[in-house]
Amino acid sequence: MYKIVKKKVLNETVMLMDIDAPFIARKAEPGQFIILRVDEEGERIPLTIADFDRERGTVTIIFQIVGKTTKALSALEEGDYLCDFVGPLGVASHVEGLKKVAVIGGGVGSAIAYPIAKKLHHLGAEVDVVAGFRNKDLVILEDEFKAASNRLFIMTDDGSYGEKGLVTAALERLIKEGNEYDEVIAIGPLIMMKFVCELTKKYNVKTVVSMNPIMIDGTGMCGGCRLTVGGKVKFACVDGPDFDGHEVDFDEVISRSSMYKDFERNALEHHCNLMEVK
Amino acid sequence: MPNMSPKKLEMPVQDPIVRSGNFEEVALGYTLEMAQEEASRCLNCKNSPCVNGCPVNVNIPGFISEIQKGNLEKAYEVIHESSSLPAVCGRVCPQETQCESKCVRGIKTESVGIGRLERFVADYHMANSKEEVKVPESNGHRVAIVGAGPAGLTCAGDLAKKGYKVTVFEALHLAGGVLVYGIPEFRLPKVIVQKEIDNLKAMGVEVLTNMVIGKVLSVDELFEQGYEAVFIGSGAGLPNFMNIPGENLNAVYSANEFLTRVNLMKAYKEGSDTPIKNSKSVAVFGGGNVAMDAARCAKRLGAENVYIVYRRGEEEMPARREEVEHAKEEGIIFKNLTNPVQILGKDGWVSGVECVEMELGEPDESGRRRPIVKEGSNFVLDIDCAIMAIGTSPNPLIRSTTKGLETNKRGCIITEEETGLTTREGVYAGGDAVTGAATVILAMGAGKKAAAAIDEYIKAK
Repeated sequence: MYKIVKKKVLNETVMLMDIDAPFIARKAEPGQFIILRVDEEGERIPLTIADFDRERGTVTIIFQIVGKTTKALSALEEGDYLCDFVGPLGVASHVEGLKKVAVIGGGVGSAIAYPIAKKLHHLGAEVDVVAGFRNKDLVILEDEFKAASNRLFIMTDDGSYGEKGLVTAALERLIKEGNEYDEVIAIGPLIMMKFVCELTKKYNVKTVVSMNPIMIDGTGMCGGCRLTVGGKVKFACVDGPDFDGHEVDFDEVISRSSMYKDFERNALEHHCNLMEVK
Repeated sequence: MPNMSPKKLEMPVQDPIVRSGNFEEVALGYTLEMAQEEASRCLNCKNSPCVNGCPVNVNIPGFISEIQKGNLEKAYEVIHESSSLPAVCGRVCPQETQCESKCVRGIKTESVGIGRLERFVADYHMANSKEEVKVPESNGHRVAIVGAGPAGLTCAGDLAKKGYKVTVFEALHLAGGVLVYGIPEFRLPKVIVQKEIDNLKAMGVEVLTNMVIGKVLSVDELFEQGYEAVFIGSGAGLPNFMNIPGENLNAVYSANEFLTRVNLMKAYKEGSDTPIKNSKSVAVFGGGNVAMDAARCAKRLGAENVYIVYRRGEEEMPARREEVEHAKEEGIIFKNLTNPVQILGKDGWVSGVECVEMELGEPDESGRRRPIVKEGSNFVLDIDCAIMAIGTSPNPLIRSTTKGLETNKRGCIITEEETGLTTREGVYAGGDAVTGAATVILAMGAGKKAAAAIDEYIKAK
């Protein structure tokens, strides 16, 4: 059993939790993920490690309420326990040798982009962060990103905060202004990562994406998370989750990620009216 | 005077039509009277060839003669001296190629139903024994086991009996390995696996789940933590795909994924949070036990047509005879001498599979006749779900994070045959991690040998 030692609501559908998991906290690196199960009937879901504290022995997760399991998770309080919490899984993000980087976060994906920005910043790289949200109420981690970047650009779809527009608009402008990035790191919804990759391909800037396909075990034993990268089949849980975005077959990934849409919709209707997701 | 009946006493089974709609155990087991009748077919041979056919050398005539006398607890003790998981082995061992293949009665008639008798004794013990499990006296030494499958659990059990403090590290949230995620409930009820694991825990074995060795702790760190030897029983859980077009369409599963969703995550149960696709027509590619299990699960999930598509003939199928028969009774359709060339899709989902017919040529290096494509025999099978059950390989995680641990070109850990010693001092390995995908009982045999070798190694230090 794994104790929830801290819970913080970041916006109306996004939550942060610190979980007591000393073994994982000792080994975790940015880019890696955990798999958790809320209770005995629960499914296994992957969540990226948003932060960790090796001394306190805690691992931070940030999640958006999108379905039954994340809703059940969000209903737990400090002092409650998760039934299973396993990690750190996947390969850590490669940060060696990067001098100037643009980190792009989309929505709750910003929570995953944050630890990488923080690590790069800590290593002395020049870090520009572009974080995109639908509106002002959904903005998360602004102060954290400020502390972990040289420049922070917040974008909202409706212009209610920061600049109006998509992350790709800000990124294109930065590239056109002559910023030469060693690498763009994009983390967010599949469609956002796809468009970031299409943009950077045009300017020939290496781009790394963090993939989030459907997973079960997360240890390489089932291939549920497989995707095509550079024409080869890869398992996101052991070969990734980071991949060269210009090599990823996004259309296939998008199709595969919708596989259980009907089931997910039903699961949500059956079990929970606690919270209306707006 | 032994019972000279030429045939094994039939074991009652659930009706095929009824059982293909549920996940309850198919074979119902002997009653005491049946067990004694079958036990009386044993000739109690002096040289007992059956014992040599058993990878863990259970004293077979010994326990069978106790059944004849009605001493069922004694019979259990005899088995338990050699086997840590008799209720499991009695059910899933391919006895026809092991103990029962050596039975003297089998030369002219049917062999004694050794597996059925072992199962009977183990089930009887579980249902009736009130005896507390004895906690062996500690010898003060610690051993770490990586993987809670049949190899790891057997190694743990044997070492615990000798007084070792054993910790088993398991990556999944439940211990049991293939016994919990692979073999379905209708062949091996999970309560039985859980009871066997509880027995090990009662003997003092510590089982830590959610621990992925190679990620959360390395093998080297296990030694730093004071474990004096490590046994790797991490299995062969990496699924193979066929590398044919269409394999990443929605509703193409590896058998591992399909079976994990069904067995470990209980996707078949109302109220389970783990989804699984409801399909009308399912093709399972492969001819082993895993293929049979996947096909029979698909049928139980409500598919109307379930095909086994296998490139060789029925004679060459590696699956247990009994499971092939059970599958046929349940209405699984066998498409032997057939091989898929591409999976067809519509809107991202599986809509069919293009196959070719095969014929058998000369035997290949494995001794099986090589399948050859019949030119121009292409045809399409309408399906909406495909399951790949064409084998698995060892997961690379341990070998890629353990310095000095050598593996062969198939990724299997290299060990000494008799001891399971790897190329690293103090590190032993066994089961599918060494052999590639094989059987439960071979994994248990390897766990047993390694336990003996680890005991010698630590005592000699």
